[in-house]
Amino acid sequence: MIDFDYKNPEKIVFKNIDIPGMRYVANYRKKGGYETARTVIAEWKPDDVIEEVKKSGLRGRGGAGFLTGLKWSFIPKDSPLPKYLICNADESEPGTFKDREILRFDPHSLIEGMIIGAYAIGAHQGYIYIRGEFAQEANVVNDAIEEAYKEGVLGKSILKTNWDFDLHLYRGAGAYICGEETALIESLEGKRGHPRNKPPFPAVQGFNQSPTIVNNVETLAAVPYILKYGAQGYRKYGTEKSAGTKLFSVCGLIKKPGVYEVPMGISFKRFLYETCGGPLEGREFKAIIPGGSSVPLITREMAESEECTMDYEGFQKVGTMLGSGGVIVYDNSVCIVRALEILSRFYAHESCGQCTPCREGTGWLYKVLHRIENGLGHPDEIDLIVDIANNIDGETICPLGDAAAWPVQSAVKNFRSEFEYHITHHTCLPGTAKY
Amino acid sequence: MQWLVSVHLMSLQVSWIVEDKFVKKSFQPETLQKIEREKQKYPDKLSALLPTLWWAQAEFEYFDTETMDYIAEVLGISKIRVYEAVTFYTMFHRKPVGKYHFQVCHNIACSLLGAEHIIQYLQKKLKIELDEVSKDGLFSITRVECLGSCGTAPVLQMNDRYYENLNESKIDFLIEELIAGRIPETL
Repeated sequence: MIDFDYKNPEKIVFKNIDIPGMRYVANYRKKGGYETARTVIAEWKPDDVIEEVKKSGLRGRGGAGFLTGLKWSFIPKDSPLPKYLICNADESEPGTFKDREILRFDPHSLIEGMIIGAYAIGAHQGYIYIRGEFAQEANVVNDAIEEAYKEGVLGKSILKTNWDFDLHLYRGAGAYICGEETALIESLEGKRGHPRNKPPFPAVQGFNQSPTIVNNVETLAAVPYILKYGAQGYRKYGTEKSAGTKLFSVCGLIKKPGVYEVPMGISFKRFLYETCGGPLEGREFKAIIPGGSSVPLITREMAESEECTMDYEGFQKVGTMLGSGGVIVYDNSVCIVRALEILSRFYAHESCGQCTPCREGTGWLYKVLHRIENGLGHPDEIDLIVDIANNIDGETICPLGDAAAWPVQSAVKNFRSEFEYHITHHTCLPGTAKY
Repeated sequence: MQWLVSVHLMSLQVSWIVEDKFVKKSFQPETLQKIEREKQKYPDKLSALLPTLWWAQAEFEYFDTETMDYIAEVLGISKIRVYEAVTFYTMFHRKPVGKYHFQVCHNIACSLLGAEHIIQYLQKKLKIELDEVSKDGLFSITRVECLGSCGTAPVLQMNDRYYENLNESKIDFLIEELIAGRIPETL
């Protein structure tokens, strides 16, 4: 059993989020901030840093869950080209709002994590790519960067070592696709956010055709903790394959929405009921999307089953994914068809248009779902949307296509009768509302 | 103010005279300096395009062809680079918006907590359709996808600021304040 106080969850790696004033460098340094980065640069070899992060088991927190240390090790050692470290702060997966907490309340942990990561991969230049809508958050991060420059934390010979590191903030301008790392790189180059074919992977040919690592905010902000307490210190939390802690952002129809840090491997059911307060008065849970809108939806029974633990493997066992940790809760008042229509509208809106299956398919999905939801669906159309989804899934350059397909496949699989009801009765299931 | 529009059909160049003085669209000198500094931050100056577009939107409010052509000239890049960026990113306006531009999220979490009602309420209160500017030029409303603040849904973004956990009385207060020329920190 993993030790976790469900009733009174406390932040561990990200405890700064709850400490007032940590956005200012002086307060951050008072708590020992930037000491780890200084020690690492002065005393560690870059390869040892990568090794330690590998050993910690830290996996990418943006959604893909790829081992961070392993990703860093893909940077070619012999390349004469400059290396770049980019932080992906384009948080835009529906249901996900955890990185915003770090950006607003603890920007220096992110900057310190970037300093350490950049040192490990040999980068002297970093960028934080923040979504355009986060204007207030961009101001906080910009102020933090400026303060860090004044303090000698960024720039030439940082932290009184002989390492140079420049860091700049870059604002996106409204495009979900820019959360995909190669689309983000295109956008940072001043272009449209069109994902690139892989390989070559960014570690070999990324920003400006140079070796580049793109990491999520939460991933980078966890790095100082790992280097401070060691891989073993980080592994005190979580499971063998899902090491450490994870930020989960909880939203939808539940009593206590918000951002919670949990050691991975705890019970999802107890988390939903004890930590997040359970369903609203007089309601009960119906379905849950545990990892941001792009992962398959699961029924209440699956979410509350014993094997559904809050880690990469636990969510996989019940047919979904941990993803970004954006938990979206539907209760028994939710019309599944309407909820899916909303998500399909989103993917149709955000498809970048490069790949035909996604560009055309997402639009078709939305149109057909809109029809079914409004009582104009045809009996064949349930199989039609599954067919469209199956023909997008795996057929596109980037995972936006899969992300549009999975919610459709899982909703029809788990709630087929609700779609049939719409077609035969031309309205939502009794007791559910058209939100 | 005297406006005179002269169209040179051959070259398709459009210029205008304001108060008898020839005026071409141009950035404030400080902005031009900021753009120069911005270019230094990247290996290729094309990266400075998005930051420049943000400053341009702050100064010129929206992007017509003339504005986009001017930006291409300032950055020394081809016009198509500017056109494609402006048309790709949804936050860049291609027509005027209100002084207070409401961008209401209608994605899943906000919808479950009443976004559709918020949109209808705003429209009724301001007596405008979506994507239309009120007669006094103060307000406009548009629907947007996830703003990344789902835990405090429903949410809207007014210009650069988020207003969260919305309900009717908060909207009433917000609009009163904006009409009085005050921008509330939170609601």
